[in-house]
Amino acid sequence: MDFHLSKEQEMVRKMYREFAENEVKPLAEELDEEERFPMETVEKMGKLGMMGIYFPKQYGGAGGDVLSYAMCVEELSKVCGTTGVIVSAHTSLCCAPIFEHGTEEQKMKYLPDLLSGKKIGAFGLTEPNAGTDASGQQTTAVLEGDHYVLNGSKCFITNGNVASTFVVFAMTDPKLGNHGISAFIVEKDFPGFSTGKHEKKMGIRGSSTCDLIFEDCIVPKENLLGKEGQGFKIAMMTLDGGRIGIAAQALGLGEGAIDEAIKYTQERVQFKKRLSQFQNTQFQLADMHTRMQAAQFLVYSAAMKKQNHEAYSMDAAMAKLFAAEAASDVTRRAVQLFGGYGYTREYPVERMMRDAKITEIYEGTSEVQRMVIASHLGVK
Amino acid sequence: MSTFNSADIAAFNGGVWVFCEQRQGTMMSTSFELISEGRKLADELGTKLYGILLGHNIEGIAKELGGYGADGVYVCDDPLLENYTTDGYTKVICDTIEEYKPEVMLIGATNIGRDLGPRCAARLHTGLCADCTHLDIDVPKYKDFLRESSTLAPAMIDSIKEDDRNLKMTRPAFGGHLMATIICPRFRPAMATVRPGVMKKAEFNQAKADACEIIKPEIKLTAADMQTEVVEVVKAAKKLVDLIGADVVVSVGRGISKDVQTGIKLAEELAEVLGGVVGASRAVVDSGWMSADHQVGQTGKTVHPKIYVALGISGAIQHKAGMQDSECIIAVNKNETAPIFEIADYGIAGDLFKVTPMLIEAIKAAKAAK
Amino acid sequence: MKIIVCVKQVPDTSGKVAVNPDGTLNRASMAAITNPDDLNAVEAALVLKEQTGAEVIVVSMGPPPAEGMLREVMARGVDRAVLVSGREFGGSDTYATSQILAAAINKIGVGEEDIVMCGRQAIDGDTAQVGPQIAEKLHLPQVSYAAEIKKDGNTLTVKRMLEDGYMTIKVKTPCLITCIKELNTPRYMSVGGIFECYEKPYEIFDFNTLKDDPLIDLTTIGLKGSPTNIFKSFTPPQKGAGMMLEGADKETCEKLAGILAGKHLI
Repeated sequence: MDFHLSKEQEMVRKMYREFAENEVKPLAEELDEEERFPMETVEKMGKLGMMGIYFPKQYGGAGGDVLSYAMCVEELSKVCGTTGVIVSAHTSLCCAPIFEHGTEEQKMKYLPDLLSGKKIGAFGLTEPNAGTDASGQQTTAVLEGDHYVLNGSKCFITNGNVASTFVVFAMTDPKLGNHGISAFIVEKDFPGFSTGKHEKKMGIRGSSTCDLIFEDCIVPKENLLGKEGQGFKIAMMTLDGGRIGIAAQALGLGEGAIDEAIKYTQERVQFKKRLSQFQNTQFQLADMHTRMQAAQFLVYSAAMKKQNHEAYSMDAAMAKLFAAEAASDVTRRAVQLFGGYGYTREYPVERMMRDAKITEIYEGTSEVQRMVIASHLGVK
Repeated sequence: MSTFNSADIAAFNGGVWVFCEQRQGTMMSTSFELISEGRKLADELGTKLYGILLGHNIEGIAKELGGYGADGVYVCDDPLLENYTTDGYTKVICDTIEEYKPEVMLIGATNIGRDLGPRCAARLHTGLCADCTHLDIDVPKYKDFLRESSTLAPAMIDSIKEDDRNLKMTRPAFGGHLMATIICPRFRPAMATVRPGVMKKAEFNQAKADACEIIKPEIKLTAADMQTEVVEVVKAAKKLVDLIGADVVVSVGRGISKDVQTGIKLAEELAEVLGGVVGASRAVVDSGWMSADHQVGQTGKTVHPKIYVALGISGAIQHKAGMQDSECIIAVNKNETAPIFEIADYGIAGDLFKVTPMLIEAIKAAKAAK
Repeated sequence: MKIIVCVKQVPDTSGKVAVNPDGTLNRASMAAITNPDDLNAVEAALVLKEQTGAEVIVVSMGPPPAEGMLREVMARGVDRAVLVSGREFGGSDTYATSQILAAAINKIGVGEEDIVMCGRQAIDGDTAQVGPQIAEKLHLPQVSYAAEIKKDGNTLTVKRMLEDGYMTIKVKTPCLITCIKELNTPRYMSVGGIFECYEKPYEIFDFNTLKDDPLIDLTTIGLKGSPTNIFKSFTPPQKGAGMMLEGADKETCEKLAGILAGKHLI
């Protein structure tokens, strides 16, 4: 068991950290206040290969590995949860299913633009009546000659209003239940496709979240991803990978909050002492750091397993479950350490706390993660 | 390799020389500073002091150098020398040095001096020390300097041999964290570039200026020697701030980031009421909030005004290096553990946006009461 | 066409630096970084590479651990790296260093169309001497303090900064340019660049590699070959602490104004 990063992994982490400090951190407050999507950051990240980190060069990827991708989301999220999820959703939920399940034609058609960041990707599974119960898909896809006609809507779709390419799920055969769901690659410009208005949220306010609306949307036959009926399986496999990304986002948020708390408590003086000199502060930070460090091991180990093509579904679930709950706890404690100032928007910790909460919910709630883990344990 | 320096050191009895930089016919003030300093060194060495002046139609500005202590000036006047070029100036200076063999050569560490000095030193196969802030010949004086300005143990200082007559060139390195005294024992001339604004100008003496000898060495420069072409020389459109000569400098740092415009405006108001100019830390210049000519610090300007006010500046060593010799340092910073307070004569731990306006009012009132 | 860029690995003197009890600098307290001005030179070379397809080669004199820094530079797009390393080179001042680097550059070869680029100065030595001295040893014209470079065939037009303005200078290749931070914003390493940098050509020139160059023999390099020596080095004393005024309100400011008036500073 070697807990050391490779030379290349150390180098990418260094680059991500510098990029996050210089290009992402200065915008974080503004993105949150104005609910603005940082298109300019996506352009910069695209040029540096950050929008296609672990995909092969032949499709326009950067030729890196899954752990390098997880570290990217981690480092970005340390300073801005909004920016972290852009990379995560794009990479794990759109690029990955096309790469893992697409035909050679589909990969050559869609991956180059996605992996270079020229186009942004998204994933449409969740519906108003199908959240945790994803099998309750009501969007339909009917084959008519050389194309499918999709009808229905998706909600809470990350990157919804900025993406050009969507991996979308719809019911092709309602009689088959889960086995009647199919996956499709949908382009923004397909007739009958539109997006809804931006969802105002508690946190990651700059992240684009909206409905996808299909009104007799025409999707060419060639855009079926995988075979008919494989959709649910593709969705679940995709979410396994996505969980590593979200776990990395939670990890970054927690670590970022700890960094801010250490800095602040070394400056703030009360009772003629720096807050950092009080044992409570020291003990809190010790706990916070230990929790996030444990989260980091879970996230990195899940990433390594995926990289090595080992079974990683349970590891990803444990990583997301633990990291998300740790992040919510750690960011809350950070606000407490800041006292009144932590509650104001002048300091970033309240934003980190608001951002952290969603990691316990999306891409499978913590309850779903527990279901996955228990199922792998064979506990019935 | 140059055979120039195979000769023994004793042959170099041409005195102490100072490269006197002029631009567009105006002598740079650093030339007067270096002549003043060079006079001291020449006296300690028991030798003469000469300026070397290059340009076109510049003979008229040469004698003034005598007023600050030069015994003579080598005037190299040629159309090819009108604008500074590395090739033109290096050739003429090296040819003249080979002819007259000075033992010391000082050059102002301006953008031009730092281009010229190393090229000459390489051609002459001699040693060059850059950005010197202190020069010594006499060991006892050097020991006094060390006792006052270094953290060396007294025993170590006392043990320095008194008979060392090398030019001891002291300068900052490692961003200002370390001071080094450099010598050039085996080659001549010992060359040094010297920071503008550090050496003090002597009192001007008209009689000495009148007596200053003008020497015109042979110029063996042809157009074929010039490998670069100066297309134009452009002076900056806006008036640049003169930090070095100011009595009062009010500098802003990263602490203004919350409201850059207001921060700068407050600094300008405070500077006005104190009779000074506005400076900036490197962070401010790097962020593009103020232009580089405002930068105080290791890679900016070195200032020692009567009053230096640091607003929202943490006091990193690179900044300290540029202002720590100010007579009175006042610092305002939200963070009371900021390093600037370690060198400030008076410190206020507070928000500069709140404190500065109150300070402006208080100073206006105090001035009115006088 | 080749562009040869000289880079140096330096301690990061811009951060916290610890001083040992005996007054010497604690070098281990400073992170090792690529000299900032050198990154501007690398960026300028990469921009020219994008325009002309030139090969960019980076050269550095340093101990073997400097390989990590050279790989980082290659991760930005540089094609090839050469580390000049040997015991015999240790203790060199700027003169000796420039001879060694000039010999290394000679071995790489400088053609009619080629350019040598350097950063203006390193943040440890702070001398800005090596660039011009390499130019002298290679008999190349130099333009320093470059804030803008335009290439038209074999002619470079450079905006050369002065304190109070600038000079526009034309120079033909081969030539040497020293770069300042105003020239450009250095790019980050890219993920793809990082994952291929260990496959790019990397060689080490030691004393044996260079000893046949006329500039190099044991009397011209290292401590023996250095015209300047360090006589003494020391840390400057900390200026004594002054006084912190109580509070940060109107009374505080009035008190300070009173002190300044009393000292006839206002």
